Amino acid sequence: MKETIYRSHVLVCTGTGCVSSGSKNIKMALEDELAAKDLSDEIKIVETGCHGFCEKGPIMIVYPEGVFYCQVESEDVAEIVEEHLLKGRIVDRLLFKEPFTEENIPSYSDIDFYKKQKRIVLANCGRIDPEDINEYIALGGYEAVGKALTKMTPQEVIDEVKKAGLRGRGGGGFPTGLKWQFARNSDSEKKYVICNADEGDPGAFMDRSLLEGDPHRVIEGMMTAAYAIGADEGYVYVRAEYPLAIRRLEKAIKQAEEYGLLGEDIFGSGFNFKLHIKKGAGAFVCGEETALMASIEGKRGMPRPRPPYPAVSGLWGKPTNINNVETLGNIPYIIKEGSEAFSSIGTEGSKGTKVFALTGKINNTGLVEVPMGTTLREVIFDIGGGLQEGKKYKAVQTGGPSGGCIPEEYLDLPIDYDSLLEVGAMMGSGGMVVMDEGTCMVDVARFFLNFTQSESCGKCTPCREGTKRMLEILNRICEGEGEEGDIELLEDLGQHIKDTALCGLGQTAPNPVLSTIHYFRNEYEAHIYENKCPAGVCKELAAAYVIDESSCVGCGQCVKVCPVDAISGKPKETYVIDAETCISCGACADRCPVDAISQG
Amino acid sequence: MAEIKEEKLEKYLTPVRKILERYEKKEHYLIPVLQEAQEEYGYLPEEVLKEVASGLDLSLSQVYGVVTFYSQFHQEPRGKNIIRVCMGTACHVRGGDKVLEALKDELNVDSGETTEDLKFTLESVACVGACGLAPVMMVNDNTHGRLTPEKIPEILAKYS
Ligand SMILES: Cc1cc2nc3c(=O)[nH]c(=O)nc-3n(C[C@H](O)[C@H](O)[C@H](O)COP(=O)(O)O)c2cc1C
Ligand code: SF4
Ligand code: SF4
Ligand code: FES
Ligand code: FES
Repeated sequence: MKETIYRSHVLVCTGTGCVSSGSKNIKMALEDELAAKDLSDEIKIVETGCHGFCEKGPIMIVYPEGVFYCQVESEDVAEIVEEHLLKGRIVDRLLFKEPFTEENIPSYSDIDFYKKQKRIVLANCGRIDPEDINEYIALGGYEAVGKALTKMTPQEVIDEVKKAGLRGRGGGGFPTGLKWQFARNSDSEKKYVICNADEGDPGAFMDRSLLEGDPHRVIEGMMTAAYAIGADEGYVYVRAEYPLAIRRLEKAIKQAEEYGLLGEDIFGSGFNFKLHIKKGAGAFVCGEETALMASIEGKRGMPRPRPPYPAVSGLWGKPTNINNVETLGNIPYIIKEGSEAFSSIGTEGSKGTKVFALTGKINNTGLVEVPMGTTLREVIFDIGGGLQEGKKYKAVQTGGPSGGCIPEEYLDLPIDYDSLLEVGAMMGSGGMVVMDEGTCMVDVARFFLNFTQSESCGKCTPCREGTKRMLEILNRICEGEGEEGDIELLEDLGQHIKDTALCGLGQTAPNPVLSTIHYFRNEYEAHIYENKCPAGVCKELAAAYVIDESSCVGCGQCVKVCPVDAISGKPKETYVIDAETCISCGACADRCPVDAISQG
Repeated sequence: MAEIKEEKLEKYLTPVRKILERYEKKEHYLIPVLQEAQEEYGYLPEEVLKEVASGLDLSLSQVYGVVTFYSQFHQEPRGKNIIRVCMGTACHVRGGDKVLEALKDELNVDSGETTEDLKFTLESVACVGACGLAPVMMVNDNTHGRLTPEKIPEILAKYS
């Protein structure tokens, strides 16, 4: 059978982000339009996973030119077909505009957001149809594991991963090769490999995108790990909040089984591997490896003390190797391209790339993959396009609930595991939340502690009771009831919890508080001693709003939105806000057409 | 009277028994069985939990221990549509709490509650992995992004 040759491919993103922005409708409209114009045999539609630029979604890319259209709507489809696909003219108004230059950029690879990235793990994401194993294979997929199984001994595979210098992307940064070696050295008939796709860090979505956009890469990484340590069975533990990732993974496993890539005697090498999916049931602590294994066993997902480490006694007491999704996504590249290609990227102590979820008050939110050692400034300003509405940068929070906030003075810090630790933050899973002058750092600290406190499994006292105490103090400070000594008490409690909690959740829970105290102590002090929230976030401390008489045009819009009827006045005259009644919600300022209202 | 009740219960329990038939009697199937049962019944009533316990040869307290540990399991009836508002970091920074407030007002329930007509259950979660579209909520398996309080009534209308 001869394969149809298409003159163009139209890639429509059907990752979670773009689907929620309506990309399924666009795909249908495109199908109809192509059929109506008799183009279905010439132009192929490919559904892809996430391009990492969900904010600008729905995203569509037309190949061979590589033209990148964003925020496409169903109504635009006819024009794209007519103009671009028939007449070869690019539809300018749907191109991406750079935030500052306002320049229209036609090609995918010329957009600043993509230009500075280096995509190893995400290489195929957004380029292939994740539901079709043939597309993965066409781009060299399963070659790496084929090479490992037929040309390398398990020890050679481990040595290659060791030489590459890959460190775990799940947060801890433990050397992956060494971890595999421990599991290999444990003597047992039965061993397991686990892929940790629990991704609990609120603000991170790289694992989700990889599973949705290129599930076979993760499967290939797991197979390689299993061969290296001598396991024949594996589990992928996925959050239940990720229905699309679960569906695509199920499909990928089925296809791999049909192709004989999973099952018995793979590549005629005598290696067997069976892969299962476990759906999480909603507990952040289950991302911790020992809790995760308890959960797979059907128990309450509580951590247990280590040692024994999973490599010695893991799932059902058998030696087990557990790795994060992104860690495993690096493996095919290392085996195929060799450890040197990998270790030539990055810094002394951190090799390769890292995927970050760039979010918060920034122009280009999305997933970015950059070489280790890229500076924060490059990521936030060059790739991320700087802060929204030209506001001033205040801090970036990395490492989620275990991490810390990094102020402006460290913007030129090259990012790697060790440099982030030195400034009191953490790589974590790669969440990066950018904050501007309108963010209150005490409120941020409270936000994270509130999260860890409610996710504490309650097994050990320092974490269960200590985080509760700390949260009470932070709540008081935000409500204007802070007292002298509170800051010191937070520091003492935080240090105590760090030193005595059983698992990583408790040991790192105080970090967001300690790091904001370290860099933004004056904000805490302003709350406590001056009864002021400098960012104007903490409602109880926020100053009332005032209307500037000279700018007020007397439209009366503000009166309609004030929830507490604090505004009085007559149409066409100047309005006034009663400071006693005002609850500083800001609704009036948002509504005012001439920006006459501001916080006093 | 008791007999009729018995008969009704039998019928009521048929779906969970069907689910149990497909699994071996092993502890590690407890969570998948509970997940399937909850999908079937919408929540996990006591009768179903008893059936699961005996079906998998586990003690009832063991089953309760697991059900209460994981936030995904519910022992009260829930709405036809489940709304999960994201309170994760990215959504928090971009005004997720205003969306939650709007939902509370619109539905007249608090977070964690179900509307009287059993149409909606309102919950908050920490990150649904669509942070690029913050603030975000999920209604059942659908993700809605770039929310503002004003968009809420229109979205809810699609589900009622
Ligand atoms: C509270 C807590 C939550 C965690 N959540 C995750 C997670 O969501 N995903 C992940 O890969 N690792 C998570 N980890 C780290 C795992 O315990 C483990 O170190 C990791 O999966 C190992 O994989 P790696 O070596 O490839 O990084 C978490 C740890 C703790 C203490
Ligand atoms: S540190 Fe917290 S989450 Fe970890 S075991 Fe102790 S109570 Fe549980
Ligand atoms: S800030 Fe809010 S409460 Fe105060 S006057 Fe404006 S609308 Fe009313
Ligand atoms: S889902 Fe389309 S770019 Fe992320
Ligand atoms: S923080 Fe809301 S989707 Fe991630």
